[in-house]
Amino acid sequence: MTMGDLRPGQKARVLSIGTQGAMRQRILDMGITPNVAVELIKVAPLGDPLELSLRGYQLSLRKSDAALIEVELL
Amino acid sequence: MSTTIALAGNPNSGKTTVFNILTGSRQHVGNWPGVTVDKKEGVYRKDPKISILDLPGTYSLSPYSAEEIITRTYIVEERPSCVIDVLDGTSLERNLYLALQIMETKIPTVLAVNMMDEVKSKGDIIDFKKLEEELGVAIVPIEARNNKGLDDLMDAVKQTIASGRKPKELDIYKLSGSVDEDTLADKRYGYITSLMERVVQRKSSTSTVKQESRSDKLDKVLTHKVFALPVFAVVMYLLFAATFSENFLFIEGLPSPGVALATLVETLWGSLTDLISSLLGAANAADWAHSLVIDGVMEGLGAILGFLPLILVLYLLMSFLEDSGYMARVAFVMDRIFRRFGLSGRSFIPLLMGFGCSVPAIMATRTLDSEKDRRITTLLCGFMPCGAKLPIFIMFVSLFFADGNKTFVLFFLYMLSLFISILVSLLINRIAYKGQVSNFLMELPQYRLPTLRSVWIHGFEKVKGFIQKAGTVILAATILIWALSNFNMASFTGTNVQERGTALSEMDESFLASVGKGVAPIFKPLGFGAWRPTVGVATGWIAKEMVVVTLAQLYSEDVTEEYLESYFSRFDRQELAEFGFEEGLYSEEDAFDIYTEAVLMEGLDDQGLRTLRADIPTKQAALSYMVFNLLCMPCFAAVGAMKRELKTVRRTAGAVGIQMLTAYVAALLINLVGNLIFGA
Repeated sequence: MTMGDLRPGQKARVLSIGTQGAMRQRILDMGITPNVAVELIKVAPLGDPLELSLRGYQLSLRKSDAALIEVELL
Repeated sequence: MSTTIALAGNPNSGKTTVFNILTGSRQHVGNWPGVTVDKKEGVYRKDPKISILDLPGTYSLSPYSAEEIITRTYIVEERPSCVIDVLDGTSLERNLYLALQIMETKIPTVLAVNMMDEVKSKGDIIDFKKLEEELGVAIVPIEARNNKGLDDLMDAVKQTIASGRKPKELDIYKLSGSVDEDTLADKRYGYITSLMERVVQRKSSTSTVKQESRSDKLDKVLTHKVFALPVFAVVMYLLFAATFSENFLFIEGLPSPGVALATLVETLWGSLTDLISSLLGAANAADWAHSLVIDGVMEGLGAILGFLPLILVLYLLMSFLEDSGYMARVAFVMDRIFRRFGLSGRSFIPLLMGFGCSVPAIMATRTLDSEKDRRITTLLCGFMPCGAKLPIFIMFVSLFFADGNKTFVLFFLYMLSLFISILVSLLINRIAYKGQVSNFLMELPQYRLPTLRSVWIHGFEKVKGFIQKAGTVILAATILIWALSNFNMASFTGTNVQERGTALSEMDESFLASVGKGVAPIFKPLGFGAWRPTVGVATGWIAKEMVVVTLAQLYSEDVTEEYLESYFSRFDRQELAEFGFEEGLYSEEDAFDIYTEAVLMEGLDDQGLRTLRADIPTKQAALSYMVFNLLCMPCFAAVGAMKRELKTVRRTAGAVGIQMLTAYVAALLINLVGNLIFGA
């Protein structure tokens, strides 16, 4: 499954990141690296973007980017 | 020998607060070459030999955004004596990532772990001694907002510089073979994760129930599925109303702080102008000198001053929202809508502000995090129907659309400005940025109550910046238009002095009129190709409401003394007093000013300016004129603000060019379609 399939409150472990180019680097820089545990906190009121909790802080990313990140439920 | 210290750190780490405390008021804001990122420098308050440079806030040194490239290039090439990396202690894990990258450059580094008050209240314990041993650099806990620990920090910096202590090589970099950025990022975070286990004792991990912080509770409401949008609407209303509203909080006649201050400044400036005017009169100054000082310099300075209260109030409120963490939520909530137009959620606030005044709106683009969004939003702000454009619309609507569909026309203009903004944004995205997606990977920082001090510093900085960067453009342009509209060749040959007793000319014989006559044919296809409306457009660049005043002046045969007298004769004394006649008594002297400002601008005389209708013969031509004024170059004050944000003359000229072109095309289409449907 991908990060985009998570429901609020679900925790998951990142397996791989399918994004390419500058955005890939940015995702890695922000701490979404293989094996990191993330929790989906909520979805924005209009249905996108997502709010994640990881490495002790909150990060927001769009569903289209989340859909490229493979995760497994914890 | 002087030393330079560079301040680095993640956005929201409190870096700016540290910089403000260390340098006090001795700051200089410039810009990095070629990009719209501020370069802030200052001198250490307690030792003027130490200069401090505030690097842009970044999450990493990967060379992808302008901020990151600047930071990396500066550290690697300029090699400062020491880098202070400010870290947010509450999210140490992510903040240490940048710290590792900085340490990789082998420049002497000191880590300042900020927000220690919050770390303590969360119950986390950081073992600084152990962290120092592991990383091999000096680490100082600080509380920047309470001004604690900064002297210790500077002591550590001085020691680091004196001892030449460089960050040590960490084991993670002893890798074999070629190493790509992916592996490095992974290694860095892997190392940080294990480091965190060794040096941080979390309270939350020892207790079984996860404690919900105040920030989490607040966030539940502020980004709630149902409540988020209403709360957001209220916050935006308050932000807008506190700056621009004349009936603040729906209380009739209660001016908002912004309007109250602006009125005060304008009144004081008006009195000063009157005083100087009478002094010049007493000194028998030449007419042209009098006019230069009063209509040129004082008017130009007044245009700058009049904006300051609005900028100050808006900025105080904006930095409050920014520092509190709510601004990131605004972007979070609005992103879905704005993404479709090639922007991100953060563009919402500047564009909303544009409905009040483009100047603070353009300055608000500074909070956008991508350069592309900043530039496009700055350009779009000029399309917004600001408060000063409203008098043009109201006058024209009452003159040309008196028969019922007034509200619809106004509504159409507002919708058109939004539609055009979306269209232009999409086109620029497509053409100039080749569909490059604005990336949206944004930290949602903890909510914090900002300190008055930092809010004030931010607000004040903006006002200062506006005067410095925009002031000259505004003043010069205002004086130029003044000169063009008050002189002609006869001013210099002496003919004016002989025939009129003054070197000045009437506006309809001025250089501006000649230029207007030359340029007018360009506007023929738009339906208003006569010189008077053309000159109106030009004076609108001083301030948009000037269009109304200018048209009244130029169509003076429509506003003769007889006309004014008969127009005002239908009102009783009390009504005349409400118009602004002293004690309700009609006075010829004041009639013209009152007629333009209280009657034309309010759209009260739908029979006025009869000969104007010869120059603008049809409804579609009138609409086209309104649309052209709506979309073309904004006032000089706004252009000054644009120049400040876009940094270069070339980019500013480019943006103005796009605005002019857009205005021309939109007005042309309206006139052509109107002609097709209703006939020319």
